[in-house]
Amino acid sequence: MQLEIRERTVGEVVVLDLVGKITIGEGSVQLRDAVGRLLDAGRQRIILNLEGVTYVDSSGIGELVSRYTTTKNQGGQLKLLRLPKKIKDLLMITKLLTVFEIYEDEETALSSFK
Amino acid sequence: MMLAENVVELTIASQLEFIDLVTTLTDNVTQMIGFDEETCYWINMAVRESVANAIEHGNKYDPQKSVDIRFTIGVDALRVTVRDYGEGFEPATLPDPLDPNNLLNPAGRGILYMRTFMDRIDYERHPESGMLVSMTKRRMPKQPDEGDPRQDAIGN
Repeated sequence: MQLEIRERTVGEVVVLDLVGKITIGEGSVQLRDAVGRLLDAGRQRIILNLEGVTYVDSSGIGELVSRYTTTKNQGGQLKLLRLPKKIKDLLMITKLLTVFEIYEDEETALSSFK
Repeated sequence: MMLAENVVELTIASQLEFIDLVTTLTDNVTQMIGFDEETCYWINMAVRESVANAIEHGNKYDPQKSVDIRFTIGVDALRVTVRDYGEGFEPATLPDPLDPNNLLNPAGRGILYMRTFMDRIDYERHPESGMLVSMTKRRMPKQPDEGDPRQDAIGN
């Protein structure tokens, strides 16, 4: 499997720990499905922990943007946690760094929903 | 006789599963000729984006159409060409992903990344069919005390 997604619930927030690659095809689809399932279940406070992500391509960046806008359009919030430097670089190049709420520390990310 | 250029070619079917095969070969080539780790990573990504575009937008996943990848290892630069067999496109007509109105588009960033990570990108319609994308990355000047890594790796 290209991307492993582990789900944790902390209070009203769901943290998805992502491990592997978010690239065109399987990885992007897995992320789309995982966030879609949460929204369908009414879970609208979502953190994507990207610490374990080893590679993202433009399709993966597009998927992060799509999940962000879909969540927002449904009244929810999707935030990013612990971005590896190369993903940060890719977001910066495409002027997306300021679009997302990005945190280095999980406690701070969790408390930002309150 | 020592050749001025070495060429490595690979042809794949229009299936996403083969992209990793291409990027593994890309890593082998870029490491062999001595690019640093960071540069190898970004060349890998530029090639990945170009091949993914060829499969998705060029050949439209048609299993009868292939994607041809050629690495030309020159003394001064690495050139990677990617050819598809689709209908072709005009790069100038593509939406600018940095336009504020396009920032949240789900797609359209691949070519920007290719341009960012390579030194030069050229597009041309192949006379027979499809697009030929040519990406060039200059090699850093060799230090005086270094040997030529190609000599050891390629055996020229």
